[in-house]
Formats: sequence, structure tokens, C-alpha cells
Amino acid sequence: MELRTELPEVFADFSEARKQGFLAVKDLKEKGQPVVGVYCTFMPEELVLAGGAVQISLCSTSDETIGDAEEDLPRNLCPLIKASYGFAKMDKCPYFYFSDLVVGETTCDGKTKMYEYMQEFKPTYLMQLPHTRDLEGGKQFWRSEMIRFKEKLENFFGVEITEDKIREAIQLKNRERQAKQDFYRLGQLNPPALSGSEIFQVMYGSQYKFDKAEVIDMLETTTAKVKAEYAAGKRLDSKPRILVTGSPIGGATEKVIRAIEENGGVVVAYENCTVAKAVERLVDENEPDVYQALTDKYMNIGCACISNNNPRKELLSTMIDDYQVDGVVDMVLQNCTPFSVESLQIKRFLNEEKHIPYMYLETDYSTADIEQINTRVTAFLEMLEA
Amino acid sequence: MDYIGLDSGSTTTKGVLFADGQLQAKYLVPTAGNPRGAIETVLTHLKADAGDTDYRLITTGYGRKLVEADLVITEITCHGKGAEYLHPGVQYVIDIGGQDCKTISLNGQGNVLDFNMNDRCAAGTGRFVEVMMGTLGEQIQVLDNFVADATPVKINSMCTVFAESEVISLISKGEAREDIALGTLEAIAKRISGQYAKLRPKHGETVLFTGGLSQSQAFSKVLSEHVGAPVDTNPLSQFAGAIGAAQIGMKKLN
Repeated sequence: MELRTELPEVFADFSEARKQGFLAVKDLKEKGQPVVGVYCTFMPEELVLAGGAVQISLCSTSDETIGDAEEDLPRNLCPLIKASYGFAKMDKCPYFYFSDLVVGETTCDGKTKMYEYMQEFKPTYLMQLPHTRDLEGGKQFWRSEMIRFKEKLENFFGVEITEDKIREAIQLKNRERQAKQDFYRLGQLNPPALSGSEIFQVMYGSQYKFDKAEVIDMLETTTAKVKAEYAAGKRLDSKPRILVTGSPIGGATEKVIRAIEENGGVVVAYENCTVAKAVERLVDENEPDVYQALTDKYMNIGCACISNNNPRKELLSTMIDDYQVDGVVDMVLQNCTPFSVESLQIKRFLNEEKHIPYMYLETDYSTADIEQINTRVTAFLEMLEA
Repeated sequence: MDYIGLDSGSTTTKGVLFADGQLQAKYLVPTAGNPRGAIETVLTHLKADAGDTDYRLITTGYGRKLVEADLVITEITCHGKGAEYLHPGVQYVIDIGGQDCKTISLNGQGNVLDFNMNDRCAAGTGRFVEVMMGTLGEQIQVLDNFVADATPVKINSMCTVFAESEVISLISKGEAREDIALGTLEAIAKRISGQYAKLRPKHGETVLFTGGLSQSQAFSKVLSEHVGAPVDTNPLSQFAGAIGAAQIGMKKLN
């Protein structure tokens, strides 16, 4: 898709963006480009790139196919898992359709078991993610999973993945992360330069552009343009500054962003997967062992599926200071056990150590709770302004 | 300048009029599926009380956006300020409305520090008690007398629909109706005390109980036992939201 740089039209039309993304991936396939589909930011894209393939994020953020998924999966399961499975099963996700290989991961129990059904109709490979950061064995195991995945890619696509290629991919991905950071850190400007919806649209939309060099270039151009306009005096009104954290956000759950911004707040920061969680920390380019470098990076994504989850608190702490955050909204998907159970720890940490207001907001992919979300979010914003 | 605070709730619509900083009039009508009509009825009365004096209207509650108002504030913020008016310095509020239950912690000056809302399920709301009393063939208005000498029966289901089936089977087992009624109060108080505990309240600190169900002394007593703290009510408890709205208006629109 075309990354428009005219503000505020950047990624204004998500449905169009998605459609263009589909066309882009179709083009890639027609040119014989191998495609790997993934669901999670724990996936080491560097290895996929080193293998000459393109990695794409698969559909998981709309309620369109949840009913279909519930024919096979329990109703009281997280909507992200149901949507992932439903889109795949109904063949309604073109990215899934065009993926030669789908790579899942054992982040949470629901996903782990869901992939067992998915592999019945699609070549699906599972990376086994250890659930502890406290044991050296966990890290060693994750390193061995990096190597097993590399070997799988080599065998599946009939390619050789050398350490030099991985090193090259690490540098490219780091450049992309840096360009993303430079963009979303515009949220640190106070008064704001961009609304949270705009920041999110750019970040979300950048996933649907498959030429890394082009993404980097477009992000850099957009960032420069925003900065120039800001320097020229263009800025938004000051409002309570909200950081959003929690489960993956996007698609249907953008209703939470809208609720915050339509009721008098501005989302300045996202700690969630699509934005800072997996982008903030770079891969160490000086580490001679490339697998170790990837292990260290991908072990430290602050997801609630790993215990301890101190990286989440550390990132939240830094972001709250850097973005001058007034309040935190923890958006948790219904039946997302890891994030819902972890929420009390986050609340305690924020209230007691960061002395910052916190709100827990549980939701799903339906639109049934929009008024309740509006009321809660508005009450939270009123509380910040009192 | 007069201030009208209007709380458009799911079951009842409440309005208060403040003139010269004093509560002059209050009205409560059933919402009865017609929130706009109920708002108009309450406003007609209060406007008559205001007479020729100019007034400001502040709305809250589910129907807060149905009329044009000078200020629209959520029921959470309004209940905080309303609680402060009714019980100065109070730090905790439990509001049980027709279709939701709110637990709020305050800073001792009516400003909200934290809150929880159950607004997705009838369990733990006034509706739950109303449905159970209906199943027992009694009006909710006689609740206190009805359970006066009862010994509670354990109700296990918290879902309103399942609890109703459970109540029916308890009746058919020959359990006394008043014991079942008190059992439902125990069940709802238990659920709400869980929601209250999420505020991590200071032990034994007084709680102000507002909303329609706060008219029941029997329920206040059960609630107090479950939260392990004194539970205060006020004859104006049902008007807490409307009073808070007017109070905020007096401060912000002055």
C-alpha cells in the first residue's frame, strides 16, 4: 500500500489499506516470493528475512469469523485466538491464504492448543517459547528454538541461512525498529503533535508494507514532516495524556482508542505489541553469536505469558516518564488469562511505585460494550482532571 | 443562579434543584423504558420550583446525553461528589443501581481515586433482588419486613437467570420464602463485597451506600457484614448522583 505522508490523512482508511496490503502480497506471490505468516511479535523475523522470505502478520483482530471459530473452539476463549482460527479456517484472510508456512508460538495455552487444529489444514510450525526468564535453561532452550526454526526454514524453502545473512537481517530490522521508534516517540511531544489514533494507524499500517527499505523511508519521511509542522507551530490541544498497555490492540479494539480520544483524552503512548512492546529493544549487533543476540532480544518482550514479566514494568516505567503520562489504561481481552491475572501487579506497580492512576478495561471484539467503555473511560478522564 | 442536577438511571430518574447553594427540591420518577419522558417530567417539576430564576442543567447517568445540558458528567464522578455532600469526608461508596453496581474510593473531598463498575450482568444489581422477590411473589418494597426474622438459605448461582431457577427449586423443596429472600441478599452482598475489595479499602472504614437498594435497612446490614465495615445510608442516598451533578455544576459553571 501507499504510505501517504499528507497529514492527517496518513493511513486514514484502514479498510483500503488492508485491501492494498492484500494486493501487495498477491504481487509478491506472483513473483515467486516465499511468504511466512505469523501471529505474534515473538517471531524472529530476522531468520525469515535471512531465508529470503517475507514475514506477514495474519488476520486476528475482527469479530467477523468468531462465530465460525466457536464451532470448533470454546466460546469462553480469548477473541484473538478465536479470530485467528476463524479467519484461517474460513479462508477469509488472504495473508493466510498466501502464506507458504504459518509459524505459531506457545505464548499462551489457548493459542498453543488452537494451533493443533490449525495444522490440520495448513503447514503450521510451532516455536516453543519458554515461560520463564528466571532460569538460564529457559534462555538456552529459546536459543535452541532459534536454531531449530532456522533449520526448518532452510529445509522448507530449500535455502541456506548463513550467519552473515542473519547479521544483515538484524541490521535491517534494527533500522526498521529505529524508524518506528522515531515515529511513535513523537507521542512524547507536549502539547501533542499527533492524536493516538494517527500514531496507531501509522504503526498498524506499516505492517502491511513488505519492502523494509520502503517502510523505513516512508516512516522517516512521515516523522520529519510531523516534526517540521510541529516546529512551525502546528499542535493539538493539551489533554490528559494516556498510555495504553495490555493485550494486543488493533482492529475491533481500536474502539478503546476512540473512546479515550472522543471523551477528552489523548493517547500518547502504546506499550502494546503493535507499538513499543516488541520494537523498543533492538537486537545487539555487537554480539558475535547471532542466535544469542536474537535470544536476548526475543526473550525480553514484556508479554504476560512469561514469568517474571519485569520487562513490561521496566518499559512502562520509562515510557510513563518519557511521554509525561497522566494515566494508564490496561486494555485486556476477555478470557486473556495472562494479562488479566497480571493486571493487579501492574496496578500495584503503577499506583504504588509510579504514583499514577490506572484503569483496567476488559473488552472483546464486539461493539456491544461501547457505551459502557465510554462511561468508564470518561469517568477515568474526569478523575484525572479533578 | 439555580442548579439542576439530573440523574437519568435505568430504573429511576432523579432530579434535584439547588438555589443559593441549598437543596430546594427533589423529584424521582420511574424511568419505565422512557428515559426521555422521565427526564422531561422531572425537569418540568424542577423548573416550576426554580420559577423565574435562571438555572443551569447538569446531567448524569445512562441517559445523560438525551437532553441538552450545560454540563454532562459521568455517574462515577457525580456519585463521588454526591457522597461528599451527604457524608463529608467519606472515602468509600457502594452504589447499587438498577442495572449496575459501582464501588468508588474517594480522597476525602469527593474526588475519585479509583472505581470499579459491574455493568455487564444483572447479578449484583438492584435488578437481581427485584427478580428474586418477583419469583417469590413479593414486591421489593416490602423487603425489610419480609426478611425481618429470616434465616438465610444459601443461594449458589450468581447469574440472575440461573439464580431464579435455583429459587424456584428451593421453593419447591419447601424452604421458607423469607429465608430464600434473605439468601438472595447474602448472595448479592457477597458478590459486591468482592468488587469492593478490588479497591483495596482500608479495613473498617465507613462506606456510604447509595442507589435504590440503599433504602433497605436489611440489605445494608447484610452488606456491612460482608464488607467488614460500617455501612451508612442517607434518606437522600438515591439522589447522590443528581446531587453530585448539581454540586459539580455549582463549582464549574459559576
